[in-house]
Amino acid sequence: MSEKIIPKRVPNSEVDLTKEDFKSDQIIKWCPGCGNTAVLKAVEDAFPEIGYKKENFLFVSGIGCSSRFPYYINTYGIHGIHGRAAAIASGVKIANPSLSVWVATGDGDAMAIGGNHFIHTIRRNIDINILLFNNQVYALTKGQYSPTTPKSGVTRTSPHGTIEHPFNPAGLVMGAMGTFFARVIDNDVKMMKEVIKESAYHDGTAVVEILQRCVIYSDDAFDILRDKNYKEDYRVYLKHGEPMLFGKDNSKGIIFEDNKLKQINVGEDKEADKKILIHDQYNPDPGIHRMLGYMHPPEMPRAFGVIRAARFDTYEHLIDKQINNVRESTNVRNMDDLLNSGDTFEIS
Amino acid sequence: MSKNNKVTEKDSAVIKFAGDSGDGMQLTGTLFSETAAMFGNDLATFPDFPAEIRAPHNTVFGVSGFQAQIGQKKINSSGDFCDVLVAMNPASLKANLKWVKKNGTIIVDADAFDKKALEKSGYDENPLENNTLKEYKVVKAPITTITKESLSDLELPQKVALRSKNMVALGIAGYLFNQDINSTYRFIEKKFKGKDQVIESNKKALAAGYEFAKYSEEIDTTYFIPKAELSKGKYRNVTGNAATAWGFIAAAERSGHKLFLGSYPITPATEILIEMALQKSLGGRVFQAEDEIAGVCSAIGASYTGSLAVTTTSGPGFSLKSEAIGLAVITELPLVIVNVQRGGPSTGLPTKSEQSDLLQALYGRNGECPLIVISASTPANCFNYAYEAAKLSMEHMTPVVLLTEGYLGFGSELFRIPDTGNLPDINPPVAEPNDPEYKPYARDKVTLARKWALPGTEGLRHRVGGLEKFNIGGQPTTDPLNHELMTKLREDKVNRVVDYIPEQSVNGEETGDLLVVGWGSTYGAINEAVTEMQKEGKKVSHAHFHHIKPLPKNTKEILGNFKKIIVCEINAGQMVKYLKIEHPEFKYHQYNKIQGLPFTVQELTETFNKILEEK
Repeated sequence: MSEKIIPKRVPNSEVDLTKEDFKSDQIIKWCPGCGNTAVLKAVEDAFPEIGYKKENFLFVSGIGCSSRFPYYINTYGIHGIHGRAAAIASGVKIANPSLSVWVATGDGDAMAIGGNHFIHTIRRNIDINILLFNNQVYALTKGQYSPTTPKSGVTRTSPHGTIEHPFNPAGLVMGAMGTFFARVIDNDVKMMKEVIKESAYHDGTAVVEILQRCVIYSDDAFDILRDKNYKEDYRVYLKHGEPMLFGKDNSKGIIFEDNKLKQINVGEDKEADKKILIHDQYNPDPGIHRMLGYMHPPEMPRAFGVIRAARFDTYEHLIDKQINNVRESTNVRNMDDLLNSGDTFEIS
Repeated sequence: MSKNNKVTEKDSAVIKFAGDSGDGMQLTGTLFSETAAMFGNDLATFPDFPAEIRAPHNTVFGVSGFQAQIGQKKINSSGDFCDVLVAMNPASLKANLKWVKKNGTIIVDADAFDKKALEKSGYDENPLENNTLKEYKVVKAPITTITKESLSDLELPQKVALRSKNMVALGIAGYLFNQDINSTYRFIEKKFKGKDQVIESNKKALAAGYEFAKYSEEIDTTYFIPKAELSKGKYRNVTGNAATAWGFIAAAERSGHKLFLGSYPITPATEILIEMALQKSLGGRVFQAEDEIAGVCSAIGASYTGSLAVTTTSGPGFSLKSEAIGLAVITELPLVIVNVQRGGPSTGLPTKSEQSDLLQALYGRNGECPLIVISASTPANCFNYAYEAAKLSMEHMTPVVLLTEGYLGFGSELFRIPDTGNLPDINPPVAEPNDPEYKPYARDKVTLARKWALPGTEGLRHRVGGLEKFNIGGQPTTDPLNHELMTKLREDKVNRVVDYIPEQSVNGEETGDLLVVGWGSTYGAINEAVTEMQKEGKKVSHAHFHHIKPLPKNTKEILGNFKKIIVCEINAGQMVKYLKIEHPEFKYHQYNKIQGLPFTVQELTETFNKILEEK
């Protein structure tokens, strides 16, 4: 547990910003109807409201459709190499903690080729924000299965269905001791904007999973969550301090019983109603957060919003603290001190 | 009664400590060298140890050695053959006997030559009891017994007590070289600060070894190496890896840019990471990444924000970093990649030195991917070349590969402490806030370097990345002519560095019969060989290249001034291939050794003489 959380060191803007401040002059080359455009809109809406100086935002990406993001938003940016965005972003943030660092990455980029950097960045709790575009497919290379493609999913490299167990990003983040995990869907820009703002203010690695479809290669991804007939029953939007209610007119609730999460119909049993869970996103114990992250239809709704936002020290804070501690315990303050410390002798 | 030994004054001497890999030979050798350095001898050391932390006892492949040459004259290498060998067991004797000078002194732990140890080391008979060692002066010291007896009053468990065996050996060596034992005491106290019992037992064992030697009938001569005639100044002993770390710390301080090291542990480069982690008080951000790729990628991220960014590694890690180095080339960001080379390919010989990554440094990336390549040649000048690598990288906005070698990284020598005020300035082309003229790929007319626009600065928001960019404007593009232009600009930018590096120097006459070309750690051996031959009146000179890409301006002129050229390398011939590409007008001889061992002066002089004699 942390002793003291150092507040964000990103300087605030002295002028009011609008989304025009972040609009890029580049032609957007994503396919018409691509969910990436919704994310771009949400970011353009959220960034002026976050309040930081516009020059202090920085986007890093790897390779893939979503990784073109830095070219389409007017911030400082690095379009990196496949899988390494989190590693590049780690260096950025450690070297200059006054930057608000954002990673745009896909399911393949973050969890296949870049899986190692993804989990270690999260474990270290480096204060960067990872927008994880999860469309369950490799799109830029034209339709191969990814680490999140559902089992049996047919793609160009799995013509007979995949035989692999997919990752659940929430499970991976919490397994890697993640401090922040949120989930949004590409057809809810308003929710996305709010979650993006919240992730910006979180001290530590913030992972925002964006469920989206690729209009070309995974057009049916997450359809059940979009279907008008089921949408309300299959989505629960979690808000800190509020009961976990969902369904038409909040007619359903989530309780913990028999060592698992269950859904109940509100009003059927007064005792059960009392057990409806109140969302605590700051709980340092990831137990319930993990269960919420794993919920899925048809037994349970999918959880959206900020599922976990626990407060732990960030890597950058600890590295600065250590440097200060070492400084206090030594006389070596500059290169001359270092060269002349230890065993030396003089020839005159 | 102590004997009155004859004291022989010598210009220089080579001593090697050899034992099982857990016998503490590295510490013993280090203490011996530190004591010599404090006295004022010049020196060069080289540790030679197996990859295993504790290799099986008494086996030849498990022998760990530490060689030091100390002298009154300038010492350039750890020496070919030993004047004194300390062998803690039969395996150490077996592994090193061929490296002992005839009539040299061999100190053995006579207690260790039992039947089992002899068998494991492959001796059919005890070499102490037959004619094996008749050409040497042998000191059969019962080191194990002396250790036990000298520490008996401390009542330590036998296992613990015997850890001080190496100190008895060091005591004998110290006596043999008339070293100041009090100076060694002080190093022991410092090394084991806070562990009083270890200090006490080691000091007692050291004294016991010294006393034994004093009364031993087998020692009739001791050596005295007078203080070296060094130029005025302050000195210290330094390893190449520590000197490399210091070079970067100094460059960061001078440039005013924060130091960032992203690295992953790998032999023989890890000590650079360790040294930088130790010196955190100087503010460097030291990041032990999850792998080699994250090491270099984090450095690229740090470089984009304006840090002096460094990543350190050895061969296999250098391979893993290749793609990311390409990213640094195309984004035209400063980055120093240190490759402390070891034997390859693959895992190869992790603890042995080789110069076999030169072509990889020059060409080992996808695409047309030029960068600066420089190399250090002695442990101490790792400081200067690390500093220069940082300076060139930041001022010319390009990655630089700094090649060193295990032999340099682990080796040590006396280092004249520089006055940091005299180090050259470092002035990277940092873009000014709100510069209306700023474009990401606009270039300096002379150097072709683009500007370093640091995130957080007003009015300079821009993107860089791995996709080809339009010249000046920086938008991604596949425009055919632009790609050709950018490819040529990147190459030209690196080639123009030639105006910012010194001309190649030659040791010896500017013209002659034979020019010996070397690079990297072979400096000491080649220098000694060439100097020796020059004294014999032969027209041999030595050009040691530190700047490899680009080659110094006068390279062609120098090569053309000699009747014959020989390129000597610890590889199968990589520099020679490169010279054939860059200067095909000359004929090159080559001498190569690929044994994980340095050159000996003897083999070099033989080779050079042979070439001189050939028609």
